[in-house]
Amino acid sequence: MNAVVSVQRNVRMTLRVNGEDFDALFAPYKTLLEVLREDLDLTGTKHGCELGECGACAVLLDGEPVLACLVLAVECEGRSIETVEGLARGSELHPLQSAFADLGGTQCGYCTPGILMTAKALLDREPDPGRERIREAISGNLCRCTGYQQIYESIEEGARRMREQSQ
Amino acid sequence: MNARTKFSVIGKPRRRVDARSKVTGLTRFADDLVLPRMLHAKLLRSPHPHARIDSIDTSRAERHPGVHLVLTGKDFPVSFGIMPVSQDEYPLAPERVRYVGDPLAAVIAKDEQTAAEAVELIEVKYAPLLTIATPEEALAHPEARIHEYGENGNIHRNQAYEFGDVDEALAESDHVFEDLFFFQGNTHLPIEQHASLAAVDGEGKLTLWSSTQVPHYIHRALARALQMPAAHIRVIACPNGGGFGGKCDLHNHEIVVSRAAIRLGRPVKICLTREEVFYMHRGRHPVLMKFRTGVNKDGKITGMHLQTLLDGGGYGSYGPASTFYTGVLQPVTYELPRYKFEACRVFTNKPACGPKRGHGTPQPRFGQEVQLDKIAERLRIDPAVLRLNMVAKPNSLTANWLRIGTIGLAECIREVVRISGWNEKHRKLPEGRGVGIACSAYMSGAGLPIYWNKMPHSGVQLLLDRSGQVTVFCGATEIGQGSDDVLAAIVAEVLGIDAYDVRCMTGDTGLTPIDLGSYSSRVTVMMGNAAIQAAENLREMLAEAAAEHLEVLPDRIVLAQGRAFLADDPGRGIDFRAAVELAETKHGTLGSVGSYTPPRPPARYKGGGVGPSPAYSYTACVVEVEVDPSTGWITVPKVWIAHDIGRSINPVSVRGQVEGSVYMGLGEALMEEQVFRRLPPKLSNALVHRIPSLLEYKSLTSLDMPEVETVLIEDPDPNCPFGAKEVGQGPLLPVMPAVANAVWDAIGVRIDEVPITPDKVLEALEKKAKGENPRVGPEHFPAVPYPEPIFVAPPWEGGDGNAQKPPRRAKEAVTS
Repeated sequence: MNAVVSVQRNVRMTLRVNGEDFDALFAPYKTLLEVLREDLDLTGTKHGCELGECGACAVLLDGEPVLACLVLAVECEGRSIETVEGLARGSELHPLQSAFADLGGTQCGYCTPGILMTAKALLDREPDPGRERIREAISGNLCRCTGYQQIYESIEEGARRMREQSQ
Repeated sequence: MNARTKFSVIGKPRRRVDARSKVTGLTRFADDLVLPRMLHAKLLRSPHPHARIDSIDTSRAERHPGVHLVLTGKDFPVSFGIMPVSQDEYPLAPERVRYVGDPLAAVIAKDEQTAAEAVELIEVKYAPLLTIATPEEALAHPEARIHEYGENGNIHRNQAYEFGDVDEALAESDHVFEDLFFFQGNTHLPIEQHASLAAVDGEGKLTLWSSTQVPHYIHRALARALQMPAAHIRVIACPNGGGFGGKCDLHNHEIVVSRAAIRLGRPVKICLTREEVFYMHRGRHPVLMKFRTGVNKDGKITGMHLQTLLDGGGYGSYGPASTFYTGVLQPVTYELPRYKFEACRVFTNKPACGPKRGHGTPQPRFGQEVQLDKIAERLRIDPAVLRLNMVAKPNSLTANWLRIGTIGLAECIREVVRISGWNEKHRKLPEGRGVGIACSAYMSGAGLPIYWNKMPHSGVQLLLDRSGQVTVFCGATEIGQGSDDVLAAIVAEVLGIDAYDVRCMTGDTGLTPIDLGSYSSRVTVMMGNAAIQAAENLREMLAEAAAEHLEVLPDRIVLAQGRAFLADDPGRGIDFRAAVELAETKHGTLGSVGSYTPPRPPARYKGGGVGPSPAYSYTACVVEVEVDPSTGWITVPKVWIAHDIGRSINPVSVRGQVEGSVYMGLGEALMEEQVFRRLPPKLSNALVHRIPSLLEYKSLTSLDMPEVETVLIEDPDPNCPFGAKEVGQGPLLPVMPAVANAVWDAIGVRIDEVPITPDKVLEALEKKAKGENPRVGPEHFPAVPYPEPIFVAPPWEGGDGNAQKPPRRAKEAVTS
């Protein structure tokens, strides 16, 4: 049986995703992306390469954007994980979500969750970033549909709506 | 309806109807689907570019724990192909592999990991065959023949057309320009990798959920591949995470998971890796082109002779159509009195090429627009003025018998010249900075389907009930372009309700009337016209019932703002739901259908069915560049683009399509290339993809993307729903040549091929410094054995659209 990786025993741990504790049982080699999608049914987080190249799987780990395909799930015990499913409050969209929906920030929608999470991380630190900061922040997220311009505008408008809300 | 000018929904910037689902992550793409007892598939792909399969031993894979099934070519006796004339693929290659990546076996196991392990245990003995790596090699080596069909040797398709005596036109011209261009292949790169899930239901019938742009074509082809009645197969197109033409073929894996699900009685899913997506390809053909164009002193074109050579890769795919498209749309942009085009597609041992955004037309558009820049330079005419002076005429026929309706190109040119400050910039910017202009035209839907029939191209069904709910069914497929939003908006406009109150059921062959799919920029026009027809039928029923209730004549009733009321007394009316109740009482169950078939094309010669469209969109684009002469690096600070949209259904989406096209066009112009290399001989010498990863296959990031200023020219076209033409593909076309022309304006070198990479810029600058021709591009066009052209007289030379005997005598008289 050469060339066959023997599958190690599953690990059990509690993962805190969007403020909710999940008991998960999964193979230790699985990435956070795989555990989110396959074991926790959180398919809002997407994958485009599983090699850390496209940014589609960006989630927040302790508030920082990370590529879920490059993080082992076993590293995430006891840490805060935020995904696109945690953005809305009930049926009320997060201001970034409503701005993306209104201003054409989403077309096919496949890169959208990763970009929303990356943008949220930026706006949580800098409530009023300039266009250049936005361009830098999402430069690791590839979008093949929009040409990015309506994404910038959506993030700017989302930031404005967030500031308005916090006043 | 089209004559109306005041709308409640059409033309208003709106949140598209599916946007909420996308920003919440609730849109269910194919790989997001999970079914109970689902298994997973992996494919074994060939490491050889061209080889005979001597034996396949699957016994170890079959014994691997967790494996349920191993399939090979013997499980798939029937060939398939997306076009009736290209049935040259097998789901799993039975005897021969034709490119690195050609699948030949599949493992279905309890999970992906187990399937991947077992794939490694399959033992295959290959007998390598001569690798045909390039079109030149394909022409030089009729053996080893990659396919046993085609014109001859490794020539897949070979065709020639002549519309008027072009040699005569060129002989009588003041100038004849001869130029060679090369357009490198590139790939779609949707961020969503292709995924499919197949399952057999309780009745024993098959359902396939897939990331496909064309569920109807997949349905037909799958029924043939599986030798099953189509009535027992349901294909559901999941929303695509980007398509761009890459999800238009029936793909091997779709047939494999279908067969496996039937065999096992359990759901089977596959999701391709990014590397596999690169190898599956079906993208832009690399095309070598030769243009001979006659021009008079005033800059008017007298005739054009275009020759193209397409590198098709290992299979037919949409290649027969692609071959035509490298020629047929050339006469749609500018007046072209006589035209000859010869096109040849060859097989090579690389992933098959197919349709990518613009399908076959960006390559010759690049060549023509760069050549026009050279012509303008030589004749000392401003390149914008040169183009403006020869824009094709509205409501006219082209030399190859395409019927053109409205043309907004002149206004597009004037607008981009104005907003870009062209007159202050062209030939006036400091060394290293420059501007370039280019134009284009594209179809709003292909005039013929890919299999011959006279049935509608799009069908729409509407269902209303007493609760006031409106459901619209259509086979059209949401690939990110916003087709569901167009459908909802059109129905809402006609019925006088809100777009968000329309439920769209789309892309499901088990539920929805047939629409041919999301390709050739056809959805807005074809689905839109069918939707208007269906909605108008119901509107009449509602108006009749409301009129009866209000005791007036039906033609006094208006449906708007969720009410049915009197046009001349808006206070007198009822709400929409009440109107539906009355109509259901009067007419019974409320439903209607609409159909759309494009107008019959005027061409009567064989092959004249490729190119006709209900309407053509037009675009003009100005690109500014900055070129660093020490590194050859090109920066694009800004792009100005004007698009003749006819009318915007939703301006937010339209702008998104234009800017997305500019983005993709800049990628093709500056960096994107699907290219191959030989592995070192001590490995296998195999021809492999040079850069099958999202990191190495360069595309623009947010840091590379310039500002885009978009202008929409609205001149409603009577063939289109509310006048709306296409926008998904046309605006891509002028971007690449505009970049090349801007590079010339900036540093005085001609890069006659794409992508225009820094190494080519430096090479050209070196030539310039040495006093040589400052040009990088193809130097040689091989001898292609094009056939004798089919001769058709242009409409203005007394033709009737039929092929006829060529006027040999006239030509000889001129040349002797």
